Amino acid sequence: MMQHLIVFPVVLPLIAGILLLYQRQGLVRYKRIVSVAATALMLLVAIGLLRQAASGEITYYALGDWQAPFGIVLVLDRLSALMLLLTAVLAVGAVVFACAGDDEKGSNFHGLFQWQLLGINGAFLTGDLFNLFVFFEVLLLASYALLLHGGGKARIQASVHYVVLNLAGSSLFLIAVGILYGATGTLNMADMAIRVADLPAERDGLVTAGALMLLVVFGLKAAILPLYFWLPKAYASAPAPVAALFAIMTKVGIYAILRVYSLIFGDSAGGLEALEQPWVWWLSLGTLAAAGVGVMAARDLRLLVAYLVLVSVGTLLAGIGMRSPQAVSALLYYLIHTTLITGGLFLLAEMIGLQRGKAGTRLVKGRPMVQGAALAMLFFVGAIAVAGVPPFSGAFGKALMLNAAEGDQRLWLWPLLLLASLASLIALSRAGSTLFWRSHRGTISGSPLPYRQWFGVIWLLSAAPLLVALAGPVSSYTQATAEQLANPQVLIRTLLPNAAGDAQ
Amino acid sequence: MELLYAMTTGVLTACGLYLTLRGRTFPVVVGLTLLSYAVNLFLFSMGGLTTDGAAIVSEGTGYADPLPQALVLTAIVIGFAMTAFVVILAMRARSEVGNDHVDGKKEDRE
Repeated sequence: MMQHLIVFPVVLPLIAGILLLYQRQGLVRYKRIVSVAATALMLLVAIGLLRQAASGEITYYALGDWQAPFGIVLVLDRLSALMLLLTAVLAVGAVVFACAGDDEKGSNFHGLFQWQLLGINGAFLTGDLFNLFVFFEVLLLASYALLLHGGGKARIQASVHYVVLNLAGSSLFLIAVGILYGATGTLNMADMAIRVADLPAERDGLVTAGALMLLVVFGLKAAILPLYFWLPKAYASAPAPVAALFAIMTKVGIYAILRVYSLIFGDSAGGLEALEQPWVWWLSLGTLAAAGVGVMAARDLRLLVAYLVLVSVGTLLAGIGMRSPQAVSALLYYLIHTTLITGGLFLLAEMIGLQRGKAGTRLVKGRPMVQGAALAMLFFVGAIAVAGVPPFSGAFGKALMLNAAEGDQRLWLWPLLLLASLASLIALSRAGSTLFWRSHRGTISGSPLPYRQWFGVIWLLSAAPLLVALAGPVSSYTQATAEQLANPQVLIRTLLPNAAGDAQ
Repeated sequence: MELLYAMTTGVLTACGLYLTLRGRTFPVVVGLTLLSYAVNLFLFSMGGLTTDGAAIVSEGTGYADPLPQALVLTAIVIGFAMTAFVVILAMRARSEVGNDHVDGKKEDRE
């Protein structure tokens, strides 16, 4: 039983999604129960996997018992386990929030939601480059349909851009995978790491081209500087629970960069070592600057949160660009914080919009809110956390990132990161005072919000104090994860006991 | 044969890229389709081109690399589904927004 636990995060949402296909309309109650139960079960499985991976042992699951490098393997190490748990926690908040009524604005919400989870979990687990492409496509297809959930002009417009860009990205992904297969003769990432280590010199150029093309694809998913223009519109127009789940989607891109380049182009790759580093580093700084400007310019709360996602992407990529275990450890801590908090803020923005009636989430004077005080408290917590002001988790994450920078890196990262934080702080305080204080005099109308929405938001935003209270265990786990990533040899030896022996 | 193959892939990619950058949804969809054809051809050639190779591995005789064929099959299936989806999406956008520009703006349609 325990050895099959690794395949559960993929199989469980798949089965739940198929069950949820039964009848397009009706059976609302049962569908909600199945969906929430499957997501809660996923959370338990993810906790189990995290405990298994925390020992530092790398375990894998060979599908159909075809051993690597020929079969497809699902690999569980500390990083995958962490990402799985993060996805599950986020999904529980989003799915409970959706049960308040968002799921009935279109058809098949819960089925698509589960398949999106299937794609995300698969991408975090797989040890095979082509399989990574397949899981990317699964999560993208589900996300296309979820983005359109509920319909409307703005959503369709944003979807056209999002879908066309990602289809072009998929083509590029296939070309990159083809080049890497042609040059190395394998698709298994661990095997590829060995082959790249003793690559004939004439193939260096080919592998470099393939690797950098992969960076473009992952950069598109992660929304790095020249490839982020789809993100603000898509995230701002997506239905709230979908936008909250999308908070993990940019992190899939970041995970892929972290995984592929630390494993295949790590210390043993000779001349190809760290070939992505200068690109990621400078573009991440550019992303930070552009996102800071975007945050200041946003005139809608949801757009503002979308740009805050971009700020976090810039920060995380800068951590990858620094390429040291300290930086990776800091970025993983920051990643947990930012995913949960921005997800929670998307949900909160929807609740604020619902209470303001016609004004919606636009940052203009509106009518006073029925539950304004409680919403304002939550907004205050979320804003403090995401802007990186003590006492909440954002301050810890940013301090760790700043501390991880060394030498020249400080010269660039410190001013940019601090200025982007300042921009977020200004924009959020302006947004908060407009939303909660500068309201019209008038009668309070509207109905109180359903308790499921409150649960979703509080579930996600409680990460802010919790990550501070548990900063010790969390950061020691991320530290251990970073060390494991810095030594890909352990993973390679686990997956390919024979081949690694030959290469030594 | 290599030259012909490379030229076909290259021309398909170039046409696909050009059409994808057009302003209206129909050329964009056609462009994406051409691009996915080009990618399929490219993937197929990555194991090296073999003529008269056995499709099934047998002793003695040379055989074609079976993996790219499997990859192409997967890519075709996924590409087909995506094309179908993007066609429907383009039609929805046309009916909801009222014109077929990718940005939904009427004035700079040309």
